[in-house]
Amino acid sequence: MDLFKYTAHELHEKFVNKEITAVELTNCVYDRIAEVDEQVNAYISLSKEEALAQAAKVDEKIAAGEAIAPLAGIPVVFKDNININGQVTSCASKMLAGVHTVFDAHVTENLRKEDAVFLGKANMAEFSIGNTTDNSFYGAAHNPWNLNCTTGGCATAAAVAAGEAIWALASDTSGDLRQPAAYAGCVGIKPTYGRVSRLGLAAYASSMDQIGAVTKDVTDAATVLNVICGKDFRDSTSWEVETPDFTKALVADVKGLRIGVPKEYFGANVDAKIKAEVEKAIEQYKAMGAEIVEVSLPHTAYAVKAFYVIANGEAGANFARYDGVRYGYRNMEAQSASEMTARSRDEGFGEEVKLRLMFGTHVLSKGYYENYYVRAMKVRTLIRNDFEEAFKQCDVLLTPTTPVLAEAYNTEMDAFAKYELDFTTVTANLAGLPAITVPCGMVDGMPVGMQLIGKVLDEATILKAAYTFEQATDFHKAMAPLGGNK
Amino acid sequence: MTKYTTVIGLEVHAELKTKSKAFCTCSAEFTNVPNTHVCPGCLGLPGTLPVLNKQVVEFAIRAGLAVNCEIQKYNKFDRKSYFYPDLCTNYQISQLDKPICLAGHIDINVDGEEKRIGVTRIHMEQDAGKLVHSGATISTSDFSAVDYNRAGVALIEIVSEPDMRSAEEARAYMENLKAILEYTDVCDCKMQEGSLRCDANVSIMPEGATEFGTRVEIKNLNSFRALVRAIDYEVQRQKEVLEDGGRLIQETRTWDDANGVTLSMRNKETAEDYRYFPDADLVPVIIDDAWIERVRAELPELPAQRQARLMEEHGLPKYDASIIVSTKAMAEYFDEAVKTAKDAKGVSNWLLGDVSAYLNNEGITISEFKVTPAHLAELVNLTKDGVLSSKLAKKVFVEMLKDDKAPSALVKELGLEQVSDEGAIMKLVEETIAENPQSVADFKAGKDRAIGFLVGQIMKKSKGKANPGMVQKMLKEKMQ
Repeated sequence: MDLFKYTAHELHEKFVNKEITAVELTNCVYDRIAEVDEQVNAYISLSKEEALAQAAKVDEKIAAGEAIAPLAGIPVVFKDNININGQVTSCASKMLAGVHTVFDAHVTENLRKEDAVFLGKANMAEFSIGNTTDNSFYGAAHNPWNLNCTTGGCATAAAVAAGEAIWALASDTSGDLRQPAAYAGCVGIKPTYGRVSRLGLAAYASSMDQIGAVTKDVTDAATVLNVICGKDFRDSTSWEVETPDFTKALVADVKGLRIGVPKEYFGANVDAKIKAEVEKAIEQYKAMGAEIVEVSLPHTAYAVKAFYVIANGEAGANFARYDGVRYGYRNMEAQSASEMTARSRDEGFGEEVKLRLMFGTHVLSKGYYENYYVRAMKVRTLIRNDFEEAFKQCDVLLTPTTPVLAEAYNTEMDAFAKYELDFTTVTANLAGLPAITVPCGMVDGMPVGMQLIGKVLDEATILKAAYTFEQATDFHKAMAPLGGNK
Repeated sequence: MTKYTTVIGLEVHAELKTKSKAFCTCSAEFTNVPNTHVCPGCLGLPGTLPVLNKQVVEFAIRAGLAVNCEIQKYNKFDRKSYFYPDLCTNYQISQLDKPICLAGHIDINVDGEEKRIGVTRIHMEQDAGKLVHSGATISTSDFSAVDYNRAGVALIEIVSEPDMRSAEEARAYMENLKAILEYTDVCDCKMQEGSLRCDANVSIMPEGATEFGTRVEIKNLNSFRALVRAIDYEVQRQKEVLEDGGRLIQETRTWDDANGVTLSMRNKETAEDYRYFPDADLVPVIIDDAWIERVRAELPELPAQRQARLMEEHGLPKYDASIIVSTKAMAEYFDEAVKTAKDAKGVSNWLLGDVSAYLNNEGITISEFKVTPAHLAELVNLTKDGVLSSKLAKKVFVEMLKDDKAPSALVKELGLEQVSDEGAIMKLVEETIAENPQSVADFKAGKDRAIGFLVGQIMKKSKGKANPGMVQKMLKEKMQ
């Protein structure tokens, strides 16, 4: 039985009905990993022994007639920048290769309580820097829809689409959860900044990093949010608000829902084929009774530039701790402490990461700070204001998740042009808003995602809108064919 | 030769006495066992986040109010970046443009002259760990070990205005500030151990000039003596450079205590750019009026208030009072002793005299002093009541230092009670007059010195126990 094809909520039913066991399911997923990961390269590390022990515990509970949690026994992959106590958190960098963490992330603690099964750690762009995994110390991951194409900035969604995990826990700083989810035909949700504690997530850009979920459908996304959201006093930026039951939003009804379509996200810089698919989705919503409102987010053009100044500045400080002194890669030939730090960083970080760190150092330097960092923060405020204005006219915003198809990365591209491809997703990070991507079409055999952006703390409305669309369409049911040549 | 005016400003780092560190739950206590008061948080492991210890804010408000600052309601934290192996994240969490306290002052008194020294600001930050080098410095060592127990301990930095004009003023400011931090119980103020550290900004300008000269920052000043010596040295050095037609450069110098010189560490060109920017892991702290007013209401008596009280309640001279209040422990000792002492000035004399001399000699503080305030009070009373002469009292004091026995018991043990019995003294007076006719004749001839000799003879006969006042009086009467 190809158990890896099912969603978490379907598998949960099978547990409850005693059709399958958690150990069976876990073994099935590991078998699938063994079968396809050589092609996909989604995994950096596996923890089969621990996973089977977790699964066996769930089976015992089921056998004893105990109630099990919705994610109990369900195999999940973690992006390799989220801590699992005792395992390596490498961030796909030579700098942290082999460095074991000594504590669980907040999300990991919550999933342990839930009796989830931890499969291992997924490949990613080194320290989440870059919108492909090409700079991973462990080699690039490949898109299961077409192995010639990129997975985007993280391989979690590729793992889910290839049947190598039922769902994935990932982080989103610039869209590096939503973009890979779109490229893999998955659902990906980034909750409001502060909804999920960042404790145990290796920081990239602290003011924008957010943990979220990559799943096969919206129901699973809501189920995961119920587990990972909530106040954590160990993260000062964590919201002190009640966590609603997100599964209550799973109602197929968009009648009267005002969907804003920002024109800046449908310009010439978006692939016409993607636009066509997203416009079909808009038509679908209209047919289901939603009200479509054209809105404007006038500062969108400055988003990527502001993002790179802020994110690189923050990364510059966040990555300063990787100095070869306490843990991680160390150059052993250096003759002095300062030389050791300099050479360890030179050799431990990849080229793109170093470029970003130099960029980040520059924008915070004396004489440049006002012109770069301070101005970028002002732009950030303007972008936030754009959203506030837009949300006066609508309840959610609908955009393409990515402006180009995964295939586009196979062509030579200027580095800055590549950065600009994040413009559809970074705005939600800059403004701290919740956003979800759901598959809404196919172009040349590759999935296309549409994004729904919600108001602060209003994940419920985007879940509801996404769920309604999903119930009326079949895009989420398609399986990745593992075609093409690696 | 041109006359110069010295301009000094001080930057003082005080380690706060909070139970746990500034941004994690590790103990902030000092321990000799390296790397035991550490956790993933203060080691800056990937995935850790700082959470502000509210007590740090509370202590900073208290210190700020004690030096007359305005407490700022909106507070945020910034990252100050520099690479050094004792700094786990290679950035220090500090406050750049929104410090918690602004615009305070401390009054000092040097040679009877009152002066107000401005406190520019106080901000909160975290300490770094400690490096132990196999050689003299990090660059000349084969290896260095690092102890992160201190990493993340809360600090406040207190920055003065450049209002001081001499090393003595700097010393007085530092002494007063130290006393205030002790009284408010926010810092244990052990300069040698580094819980109170001081950097001095020193410049000179021609007398009458309005524009300050080139400023030099001196680091590594871990005693009052070092502060004074370093400033004096630096001022002299700067004068010599200018007199030789040279130019001063803005630089950071370190005080070499062993050789009594300041040495250049780095100049403006090679100075670090700390690339301050807001720490997104922390949220702004808003301090409301209620918080400030509660801390203000709970402020303990401060040194200046205590000095006024000692002068008023106990009639102490200003000089005595100022020295007694300069350390909290000394002031508390005094207050305890005067509860039972019949003579406050007597207690003060002991504290400023023999007790201070003993403490200095032993290199200890009054907190480690074995003689209890009650026993010192008793000693004062024995003198006041004429049981002991001041000379014998000193003898008893020396015995008290050995093991803190009650002075009354020691007096008995040593047989030192002062003889104030008129009959016994008269007997000695008569004997002595009979034995020294020449001296008696001299006295009668108007040579006042003779009486001293005669008193001495009587004291000798009594083994120092005769009440010297009575001896003098009765001798004079007898010889009239």
